[in-house]
Amino acid sequence: MHPFSFTTAETAAVALRLAAEDPRARYLAGGTTLVDLMKLEVERPTQLIDITALPLTEVTTLPNGALRVGAMVRNSDLAHNEDVRRRYPMLSQALLAGASGQLRNMATTGGNLLQRTRCPYFRDTAMPCNKREPGTGCSALHGENRGHAVLGTSEACIATHPSDMAVALVALDAAVRTAGPQGERVIPIAELHRLPGGHPEIETTLAPGELITAVEIPALPFAARSLYVKVRDRASYAFALASAAVAVDLDKGVVRDARVALGGVGTVPWRSRAAEDALHGKPAGAATYRAAAEAALAGAVPREHNAFKIELARRTLVRALTRLEANPA
Amino acid sequence: MTAPHAEGTAGVVGTPINRVDGMLKITGAARYTAEIPLEGLLHAVMVTSTIARGEIEEIDTSAAEMSAGVIRVMTPDNTPKLESLEKYQREGGKGTGGSGGGRPTGRALSLFQDKRVEYNGQPIALVIADSFEAATHAASLVRVKYRAETPTIEMASALPSAYPYTQKVLGREPPATRRGDLAAGLAAADVRVDEAYTTPMENHNPMEMHATIAAWDGDHVTLWDSTQNVYGVRGTIAKSLSIPPENVRVISHFIGGAFGSKGSAWSHVVLAAMAAREVGRPVKIVVTRRQMFGPVGGRPHTVQQVTLGATRDGTLTALRHDSTSSTSTLEEWLESCVLATRILYDCPNEETSHSLVRLNVGTPTYMRAPGEATGLFALESAMDELAYALEMDPIALRLKNYAEADPESGKPWSSKSLRECYQWGAEHFGWSRRTPTPRSMREGDELVGYGMATATYPANRMPASAVACILPDGHVTIKAASHELGTGTYTVLAQLAADAIGVPVERIEVQLGDTDLPQNPISAGSMTVTSTGSAVHLAAMAARDKLVQLAVSDPESPLHGARHEEVEIIDGRLTRRANAPRGETIQSLLARHGGAPIEEKADAKPGDERQQYSMHAFGAVFVEVRVDPELGTVRVARALGTYGVGRVLNPKTARNQLMGGITFGIGMALMEHTRVDARNGRYVNADIAEYHIPVHADVPSIEVLFVDEQDPHVDPIGAKGIGEIGMTGVAAAIANAVFHATGVRVRELPITLDKLFPEMSIHSSNSPRQASPSRGFGS
Ligand SMILES: Cc1cc2nc3c(=O)[nH]c(=O)nc-3n(C[C@H](O)[C@H](O)[C@H](O)COP(=O)(O)OP(=O)(O)OC[C@H]3O[C@@H](n4cnc5c(N)ncnc54)[C@H](O)[C@@H]3O)c2cc1C
Ligand code: SF4
Repeated sequence: MHPFSFTTAETAAVALRLAAEDPRARYLAGGTTLVDLMKLEVERPTQLIDITALPLTEVTTLPNGALRVGAMVRNSDLAHNEDVRRRYPMLSQALLAGASGQLRNMATTGGNLLQRTRCPYFRDTAMPCNKREPGTGCSALHGENRGHAVLGTSEACIATHPSDMAVALVALDAAVRTAGPQGERVIPIAELHRLPGGHPEIETTLAPGELITAVEIPALPFAARSLYVKVRDRASYAFALASAAVAVDLDKGVVRDARVALGGVGTVPWRSRAAEDALHGKPAGAATYRAAAEAALAGAVPREHNAFKIELARRTLVRALTRLEANPA
Repeated sequence: MTAPHAEGTAGVVGTPINRVDGMLKITGAARYTAEIPLEGLLHAVMVTSTIARGEIEEIDTSAAEMSAGVIRVMTPDNTPKLESLEKYQREGGKGTGGSGGGRPTGRALSLFQDKRVEYNGQPIALVIADSFEAATHAASLVRVKYRAETPTIEMASALPSAYPYTQKVLGREPPATRRGDLAAGLAAADVRVDEAYTTPMENHNPMEMHATIAAWDGDHVTLWDSTQNVYGVRGTIAKSLSIPPENVRVISHFIGGAFGSKGSAWSHVVLAAMAAREVGRPVKIVVTRRQMFGPVGGRPHTVQQVTLGATRDGTLTALRHDSTSSTSTLEEWLESCVLATRILYDCPNEETSHSLVRLNVGTPTYMRAPGEATGLFALESAMDELAYALEMDPIALRLKNYAEADPESGKPWSSKSLRECYQWGAEHFGWSRRTPTPRSMREGDELVGYGMATATYPANRMPASAVACILPDGHVTIKAASHELGTGTYTVLAQLAADAIGVPVERIEVQLGDTDLPQNPISAGSMTVTSTGSAVHLAAMAARDKLVQLAVSDPESPLHGARHEEVEIIDGRLTRRANAPRGETIQSLLARHGGAPIEEKADAKPGDERQQYSMHAFGAVFVEVRVDPELGTVRVARALGTYGVGRVLNPKTARNQLMGGITFGIGMALMEHTRVDARNGRYVNADIAEYHIPVHADVPSIEVLFVDEQDPHVDPIGAKGIGEIGMTGVAAAIANAVFHATGVRVRELPITLDKLFPEMSIHSSNSPRQASPSRGFGS
């Protein structure tokens, strides 16, 4: 671990100023991603700005019905929040399907969105990795890539975005509120994470030092019927091989509206408008679900060890839709 | 020969008492190696290679040496040459085998004596600093230039280079065997199975990583080491550093899990001693989790061909098992996969063999049930395939070929309860509910599969010594340089001593893990209880005899003149059997004799009985799996094992060992797999987030049943080992259950969901071979 200094920011303004002064500073929230990567020497910040004291720990309902979640709200608190459980069950389920109880107690909403990939080559400084060291090459492309993405990949990087929570949030069209050198702004979550393209090292559209202050989830009454299904190599405490977040608005057996997002298969939390389009106006049922799944994975690119993920993701989505129909409550 | 007891007093052996060291452990008072505080302690961190094969051209340590807190950086450029290794090399030494042949270091270690690199992750330098953080940081500043060579990494492509293993296996068994006429047996068969089974490289991941602290005092060195073998480490240090063994003391009071990985003195152990000598201060090395992958052993890759032939009624006419396993380029280490095959079934025509393939990976080592866990996956999967081919119940097939005596040696068993294990296990499990056709059982949307397999492990035993010391205050001290791996050694030895002498178990203090104590063997091969337990029992009995002698010959004792056999000791009080009220306590007796303790030493070793009998533990394991028919996820819903392991000293710790073994088996079947990059031998999933072992949610209800087994021959306490048998057979039972549930035979561990979807793997390099029925799954 490289030497670094440690500062606690009591207000967002202080945090922003500290970050502006030191381009190699990093915000420290739960630390479950950052400290881990510091030990591995993947992250080498010169300064940690502890933001856990910031007053961003509330979950409130806004006048327009949206739910505002402070960036410092812990993953376990969010998962067990009554409004979340009632209005957005898929979000609660996604959170609880992630990591372990201990980690969720530490992890924050903002940190979860910005967690880094689990690609083992990214985490091993002895190996080339375009994301860690631009231009060195992608070790995973022709290496151990069983866990890697099949959607949104490039020849420069095929790493998955590992978050479960973010999959539910992209399905819900959440918005990310930030404060930065240029003031405050709101970023639709679908625009937060960037596809790797030729620059996998640039993962988000946040400016350097930009601070996430909250996530806002719009009112979406039919999301009260929603579900998150996660498939993994063991029963708990493992990242997704494939996952699906679905919400369906059914009207007399016909899909009026739907939200679909996939995890474990995309380089970013993967909203699938193609799948949603395939569901719209169609009768609920196996044929429609399968068509949606085909549409969702239409552009998938397999690598040597992860071809199974394409069919697995299709079946995971079909499973989520089928189960949602069977257990509407 | 068990301890005498008053009628109605059952004794503490055989009862499920809590661990005597439980309180120490849960309160944190039990000190593990890395926690030992020493004045002036320095911290060292190993720098490891990032190529798998080649030569170090240059190590630049300038930045590391300038870094704050750094005391010394040891590299091949400045590390003193070890005279012992130079002599060994001069004499053309090429020591082989797990025991190291004549190599002074035992295992082929990385002690910076040359600039060769033979695997990725090999220790190549050591940074010594005044804090762990400083050492870790400086280690990251060491720059290395290599002259890289093309490594051999992949088993599949290296298979053509396999060569037969020709030494004795474990120093006693022939590497290959042949009995009867295999070709004739195959010709006589109505049904044949001939398949290859593979198991991947695996790595031990005990909670406690290896740790060593070395401290010199003049020409004497003390090592606190997380080891299963204090005397073994002492020998390795003495030979490597060319000092007399008496100058080396090794201490290991508590170990946070070992499973074989801590059976050898690996590089960091000798490096700690070398470093401490170099800098003249105590030095600690704690292996990092990543360094658990390579430098401290692991289970090798195996590819096993099993050929079975049987007549229609299920009688085996031919049995062949050829195992090829990987080893490193540094050392020959053999996974003894076919030993269990030689003794399990009564087949007249049999051939077995071992071969090796050399890869540029860390040298493998013992990993819980080495050979049996892997070998039985192959054999017991093949037996299941044969049962299907014969349309016969798998238990009936095994009973049909039941070996009434050791089929290899012809010797009678010292005891064997396998028949009872099959029958009792089947009954408790509800085996009769199984409908054999694949995919014929469901619960809700899930496919249900039942599978079973045989478990077996040899009842090993080695010479061991112990001292029993009855103190004037009525307490007893037991001394034996054995080890507490988390298995319950302190507890069961206390129980044995308590019953042998006749004092409450609370009054026994057991001292383990210190070369100042009487010599004991490595705590491996499930032989701690059989070896050390026997010695403790004999020492305690001898001390008791002396105590009784003292009493009956003491005119002032109420027991004066009693016959020896008449005396009994209960709760530390000696009485005459016929006249219980007359007696005295150990304290009063010893007080009259100057308050001197009674101390007896016993050397226990296996004898003739080993020539007369074949000694093995047996069991049967049954599992129920649930498979999601669309997603392919496999979960073990329940597991049940029945075991004949001789006398069970403590049902609680014993059950704990067997449940742990079954859990380990679930990991082997469904998860464990060390992934190595085929291009450069880099260990890819070298942490426990990515290297999967079962979490609680993966471990179902596990039932463990013991068959009441009396074995008068195996050792003085009638116990067989239990540390490893629980792991054996489990992977096959699960694979068999998965076949029953799905109709897909997976012959390549671990059984991950992608292997149940062959039609989904577009060009997966490791798609499984299919047995009949070979149709796809879930479509
Ligand atoms: C063993 C293990 C298993 C896991 N399994 C899963 C899993 O199955 N599913 C899953 O989804 N996740 C999993 N995780 C990841 C876990 O969810 C994340 O580590 C966690 O959510 C990160 O939150 P944090 O608050 O700890 O972030 P930190 O580590 O504190 O921060 C992460 C990054 O975000 C930045 N940051 C944090 N907060 C802000 C903010 N408000 N504004 C701007 N930047 C910020 C930090 O500077 C840092 O770069 C696992 C993690 C581990 C270690
Ligand atoms: S997939 Fe991305 S993160 Fe992984 S090695 Fe390639 S570039 Fe790095």
